[in-house]
Amino acid sequence: MSASVPLVDYLVLGGDPHLTAHECTACGARFFDRRNACAACEGERFRQVDVPTDGELRAFTIVSFAAPGVPVPFVAGVVDCGGTSVRANVVNTPADPQHVRVGMKLRLTTVPVGRDADGVEAVGFGFEPAS
Amino acid sequence: MAENVWIVGIHMTKFGKHPELDTLDLGAQAARGALADAGLRMRDVGVLAAGNLMNAAAGFGQQLQKQIGQTGIPVFNVANACATGATALRVAIMAVRAGETDTGLAVGVEKLSGAGLLAGGRRVAGGDTWAPQGRFGAVAALDGRIGTETMPGVFAQIGMEYDHKYGGADFELFARISEKNHAHSTLNPLASYQKRFTLEQIMGDVMIAYPNTRPMCSANCDGGAAAVVVSESKLRTLPLEQQRRAVKISASVLTSDPWQEACQVLPDVNTLTRHAAEQAYEQAGVGPDDLDLVELHDCFATAELVHYDNLKLCPPGGAVDLFNSGATWRDGSIPVNVSGGLESKGHPVSATGIANIWEVATHLRGEAGDRQIAGAQVGLAHVIGLGSACAVHILEKAAA
Ligand SMILES: [Zn+2]
Repeated sequence: MSASVPLVDYLVLGGDPHLTAHECTACGARFFDRRNACAACEGERFRQVDVPTDGELRAFTIVSFAAPGVPVPFVAGVVDCGGTSVRANVVNTPADPQHVRVGMKLRLTTVPVGRDADGVEAVGFGFEPAS
Repeated sequence: MAENVWIVGIHMTKFGKHPELDTLDLGAQAARGALADAGLRMRDVGVLAAGNLMNAAAGFGQQLQKQIGQTGIPVFNVANACATGATALRVAIMAVRAGETDTGLAVGVEKLSGAGLLAGGRRVAGGDTWAPQGRFGAVAALDGRIGTETMPGVFAQIGMEYDHKYGGADFELFARISEKNHAHSTLNPLASYQKRFTLEQIMGDVMIAYPNTRPMCSANCDGGAAAVVVSESKLRTLPLEQQRRAVKISASVLTSDPWQEACQVLPDVNTLTRHAAEQAYEQAGVGPDDLDLVELHDCFATAELVHYDNLKLCPPGGAVDLFNSGATWRDGSIPVNVSGGLESKGHPVSATGIANIWEVATHLRGEAGDRQIAGAQVGLAHVIGLGSACAVHILEKAAA
């Protein structure tokens, strides 16, 4: 059995992969990166919350020209997961405007990133069409 | 109530490729051009604000002084992404308005020819084993794995988000916005590109980040721009000809983005622009209907659409209808980017926020030649630096 690590610390792997966020206990604002204080209300306390794995595509682009080493084309977008906006790639669908459209329903899935020298696999995430 | 502040000298270099000129040459050309236009010398200037992002830590302002006159005045080196030039101007205006000096000089310069794609993360090879790094605890580069960090991709999403919210915007509509700006550029001898494109050429060109093809993206180029601002009492000491050509700064506003739910995953260029526009109209005592021309930050065709709405040139959600009515073409009711915009005039980052003021001021002075908007009295200039910073200036023609 080989070990795996998440691409980012807000991705929880296992039987039910999902994202978590730091939620401000005072105002409910959510952040994926660690913060010193809440950008919305200056509150200093956060709790970990799970983010819904179903969402709707609110904005996207199909990137055809990127920095060296980034495979193209790929679909980058913003997914509204029950009121929490998530930055992600749209995966498991052709990267063309006939197959990707704003408003489409999506669900979270995991995406392999690669293995390191110890054979540990890094696992990322993306969103795929829900139907 | 502080005195009014006036532009008495302003200059923009030709935008494009300047292989024989370095950053200091372009800065000196812009600054000395603005001083000559004002009929003033460096020894008349009490504050210098200077911006150059590619050498932001190098003390560009002090280096520039060594080319144009070292008079010992305070120098403010500013960096505010694509709003750097406008921020330099804002600093000079604040110094004059505060009464620290009666004359200020603002300069913005960039050399970007051949710079390629800006601000896309690079995939640096990691170590032998995965180790979480940074504020997301990432074990590998995220650009391309979790969305995109490229500017064309970010602004593409901003345009598509507008379509999701209000509908009506598609690839062809965004391409038609680009068609307008390239058509406008044919009348601007200082633009990097003065080439008219057909809609088919624009849509059929190389796709960078859907729906932005290459001609729908701002052009990397070299250029500089500078402005001399004075207090109203200083203005009244200048020759009548200078007073006649002076342009009143009726509003000067700089904002950053207030927290919004999604701003951590997709930069919000809307809220801070709306705030800046509201404050500017309030300061100037004019409304969108009073504007004779607008230069707005069309870093990508997708951006121009959302800023019609943000600058309140249309009712909320009305940007597509506004464009489809033809209003933003140079013969329309509210001409937008008659300079050709960043898509054809070019976008030498730190120069852009003064160059768009030069464009508006030149029309208000009645000196815009073939592309003059007849009888222009009031104009607005807008820039966005992603991250974000937004500057909005409203300018008015001097009373005869
Ligand atoms: Zn809070």
